[in-house]
Order: sequence, then structure tokens, then C-alpha cells
Amino acid sequence: MISDPLNKRQLLQGNEAIAHGALAAGCRFFAGYPITPASEISELLSILLPRVDGTFIQMEDEIASMGAIIGASLAGVKSMTATSGPGFALMQENIGYACAAEVPCVVVDVMRGGPSTGLPTSPSQGDVQMARWGTHGDHPIIVLAVSSVNDCFTLTVKAFNLSERFRVPVIILSDEIVAHTRECVQLPEPSELHILNRLRPSVPPDWYKPYEGDNRGVPAMAAFGDGYRHHVTGLVHDEMGFPTEKPHEILNFQQRLTQKITRGFPEIMMTKGYLLSDAEVCVIAYGSVARSAMRAVEEARQQGIRAGMLQLITLFPFPRSQVVPVLKQCRAVLVPEMNMGQISREVQRVNQNYCAVVKHNRVDGQFITPDELFARLIKL
Amino acid sequence: MPVSAQAIRHEYLRHNKKFPHVWCPGCGNGIVMAALLRAIYRIGLNKDEVVLASGIGCSGRMPTYLDFNTLHATHGRALTFATGVKLANPALHVVVIMGDGDATAIGGNHFIHAARRNLNLTAIIINNSIYGMTGGQYSPTTPFGAQSTTSVYGHIEHAFSIAELAMTAGAAFVARSTVYHAELLDNLIELGIQKQGFSVIEVISNCHVQYGRRNQLGDAVEMLKGFKKDTVTVARAAKLSPEELEGTATIGVLADRQLPISTEEYEKVRQRAGKGKGKV
Repeated sequence: MISDPLNKRQLLQGNEAIAHGALAAGCRFFAGYPITPASEISELLSILLPRVDGTFIQMEDEIASMGAIIGASLAGVKSMTATSGPGFALMQENIGYACAAEVPCVVVDVMRGGPSTGLPTSPSQGDVQMARWGTHGDHPIIVLAVSSVNDCFTLTVKAFNLSERFRVPVIILSDEIVAHTRECVQLPEPSELHILNRLRPSVPPDWYKPYEGDNRGVPAMAAFGDGYRHHVTGLVHDEMGFPTEKPHEILNFQQRLTQKITRGFPEIMMTKGYLLSDAEVCVIAYGSVARSAMRAVEEARQQGIRAGMLQLITLFPFPRSQVVPVLKQCRAVLVPEMNMGQISREVQRVNQNYCAVVKHNRVDGQFITPDELFARLIKL
Repeated sequence: MPVSAQAIRHEYLRHNKKFPHVWCPGCGNGIVMAALLRAIYRIGLNKDEVVLASGIGCSGRMPTYLDFNTLHATHGRALTFATGVKLANPALHVVVIMGDGDATAIGGNHFIHAARRNLNLTAIIINNSIYGMTGGQYSPTTPFGAQSTTSVYGHIEHAFSIAELAMTAGAAFVARSTVYHAELLDNLIELGIQKQGFSVIEVISNCHVQYGRRNQLGDAVEMLKGFKKDTVTVARAAKLSPEELEGTATIGVLADRQLPISTEEYEKVRQRAGKGKGKV
């Protein structure tokens, strides 16, 4: 699992693929705290990061882990942490800081059953809405969901790219199934990867406005030590980064944070369609459940049912523009989730009576199987 | 090299930041800020290489005014942010300003682990025995029996000694001063920044508005006079009995030891891991 991860077919676990994806994306700092089912990410990065002149540190808790990756990112180093639900809850305070101060970083949440200590370690998708709204206040955030070992690698690279490009924390939602499943994957060569880095200021230091957005609304980011001695705060701030209580500056701050994501929708929103072109019924799924859904759709097709699947890769911002056409085309959509309906509520929100939205929820700690989805599909 | 106070202010206060600051007239935070600037001036640190981090509270506003790389973190978490900065770029001089509630209540766990970890960071903890910004609630250093807005019937908990906590947790350098002893404070901060390892400087300070007023300790000047009266130097403390030391605070360098530095040890880890051998 350790030697020569690139350019050969190999058997990898989802968590290991996330670690390799982070390194390939240029992550050179990881801070974490042990928690099942995410610990393999820490363990592997503790081995690999020092080899590439990176840094691994195990902090005293998840609050500290999140703080440390923000600090490292401010010093100019791409950084990541990984945890599960209880730790993700603890990170929310500092995730809000990263949103407000626009600090690029990647947070992996390998979901397990909740609430509280919950179900260690059974699969769940119970953290979807926490990933979007876990920290207080209106804030921008990007949430991606992985469904395979291959996803774990490619979407981790993508998560870093989006984080650097939009100066926003990106959450990767994995789940216990994806995390611990081993699949044979062919990881791409480094030269095949498209790696994005944050925009650095090109103006002289005394012209630098650390929180003035460019035409996309995203400010250039100087690292501590670069000679741009700027101020970073979680307080609402003006373009110079200094706290403000002036209504028009507060409004500018709030609007730019939201608009930089809105303007980036085409880059951020990712879905994958499967047998959609003539579909009359469709499964909208994400994470490991999308794997079961794909199988169920194939079986339904064999029965003559025109079924399809839309896999959500980006959960937030919710890919409305890609979901709505499916709702308009289909008679009914099935939204299976290992929670009580955290994405189906988003689907229902964008459904203007286009079709029937049917929920399928499992919260008993068990995986959603192709058979149970097939049984639902044929009755739609 | 004598230099005027104005020259130091001009050098290190931000010119693009509009004052006034948020602190009340007579607040000890200004004395600590000036001492920090004098220490940095004396060491001759390059401003581009200084990171000043803080948490939340009155003390947390200090970095806003100063012309360094400044980081106003979340409440109690300044040390965790500073840990990331330092590990990512060990060449930076990282100084962390905290209050007593910030460092030893909400940030208490981070504080003891930072001390144990021994990164080359300097922590300055301004201890005014109260949560001042939020209106005068009791903190982990509020004395037994004291009045605060959340202990109007008298405080029933016992105060932390921040310096002793730091020593027990393994800090390489621990010192204490008060805002009355400004010259000592300059020297201790200078030593702390130059120390290779985690250094803690506890500064006993006055919040006459929220703490002094409720506990009949007088105004800022009266409180500073109290700090003069109730402190003994390390040298003098060595000659006094525990009974005689009761109710006093010892000022000066309380601990100074050589311990392996976390970033240097991690560089050894990189070598052991095979850094630069083309193997990932």
C-alpha cells in the first residue's frame, strides 16, 4: 500500500486512495486525530508525507486539527484533515473560520452512524446537511461525495483544486463502505493530472488588498512570510482584512463570499448520468449507494423498465441545473440514502411538481442493497 | 542604541489601520503590546518573518494594530493555528497572544499540548483574572471568593496558576511579570522569543473596569500599585517560606530548560522516512 502508488494497477482501500490523491494534489500538511473509520488516512499520510518533505501531525483533538491545517494553509502549504462524524462536529467552528477568512483546505468526513458516538462503525450518510450547514452563519462551502476507490483519488485532487481556486474549504464526504472497500485501480501519472494552485498577489505589498476579489470574486492570497504583512481574522472584515461594522462593507463581504461560489457553479457542480437519455424513472444517488443504484438500474433495464441514474458528485452547492432536467424528463425519481432524507429534501426543493420524488431511507446501520432498490424501482 | 518610543511605534504600528483601539483607558494590554514591540525591536526581527497570532477577547485584538503577519484566530485556538503556521514554515517567528480565559479555559487543552509538544513558539498570556470583553464573568484565574458578574455571591472555584500549569505541562521556558514591571516584561519577552522551544510568559494585568471595580481594587493606577506590592522576584522568593509567599506572585524566569525542538525532531523523521530518495 505504500510503495510506488502511481502508474500501476493496484489494490487500494478508499481511505488509502484519498491519501494518495492528497499527495498528488500537492497536499504537504496533514493534521488529524484518531477516529474510526477515517484513521487509515492519517496512518498512511504519517508514513508518506515526511518522504516528500511534507508534515504530518497528530493533534490533541479535531478542533486543533482544523486549526492547524488553517495555519499551515495561511503559511502557503496545501493542507488536509480527515475525521468522522463526532470529529467533524468539533471541526465546525474552525471550518467557519476558513469560510470567513477564505483559507483553502480540504476536510474529509468518513461518515458513520450518528447522532453522537452513534454507530462505530456502520455506514451512514447522516452528515450531509452538517457538511453544508454545520458551521454558523451564511457561508460558502463545497461538498463532494465519493462512491468508489477511484473517486477517492480523483475527487480528492478535484477537492484541492476547487479549494485553491475558490479559497473555500472543500468537504469530501466518504462513508464507511467506500473507505474500507478495496478495489483495483489504476492511478494516473502525475503528468496526467491537472493541478490548480491559489492565485498569489502580483502587486507590490503596499498595493495589496488581501480581501479584494478578482473578476471571479476570489482574492489573491499571500502566504505569511511572503512580504505581504496582512491581517487574517474571523471577524467580518473589509478589503484590507480589518474588522468592520460598516453596513456596506459587511454587505460586500457577505455577498462576495456567496457570489464567488455562484459564479463558479459550472466548474463546481459535478454529476454523472447513467442510462438517462430515454429514462422514465431515475435513481438520484450519491456515495456508496450510487453503486447499488447502478446495479438496480441495470436489472430494471433487463426487465424492460426504462430506468436511469443520476449520481451526484457535488452535493453542495446543490447541482440544481443538472437535477431539474431529470425531474422534468422522468415520471418519478427515487432518492435512496443512508439517512432520513437529507438529499431528498434538496431534490424536493427544486422539484416544481415536475415528477414524483420517492424517498428510500435506511438508518439501521446496514448498506442499501441493489435488491431493495430494484424492488422499489419496478413499483415506481 | 537608544530609540524613542515614537520611533518604535512608527516602525511597528500599522499605518493603514485606523485607530483608536478597542481597549479601555488604563488597560494593561497596551503595556504588553509596547513591551512586545520593544523586545522585537531589540532582537531586530524582520517584520516579514514575524507572525503574531491571537485568540478572542480584548487581548485578541492586539495583532490587528501591528505591522506583522497577523492572525486573529478563534477563541482558545490560537495555538493550534500557530502550530500549523510554524510547522509549515519553521523560519517564521511565531508569537501567540492570549488571555487567561482564552489560554486556560476554552484553550486549556491546546495550551498544555502545545507545551508538551515543544514547538519553537512564544506564548504571551495576559492574565487579568476575568472575561473583560464579555462583561466581567469569572475565568479560570479568578481568585476564590472574588466577585464577577457570574459569581455575585462569591467565587467558589480555585484559580489556575498559569505559569505552574505551563511548567508541569513541559514548557521549555516559563516566566512571569506584571504590567507594573514593564522593563522586566521587555526582557522576559525578549528571552522568550529567543528561546529555542515553547516559551510561556504570563503577564499579570489589570482589568480595573470589569474586575478591579467589583473587587474594590481601585482604578488602573491602584491596581498596578497592588502588583508592585504583591510580587516578589525569583531571587527573593527563594529566601522566603511558603507562609511568607502566601498571596504573592513570583516574577522573573521560573523555568528554562533545553528540550528537543519539535520541528528539528520532525526533520529527523523525514530523513528516517527516506526524504528526497524519489520514493513515495
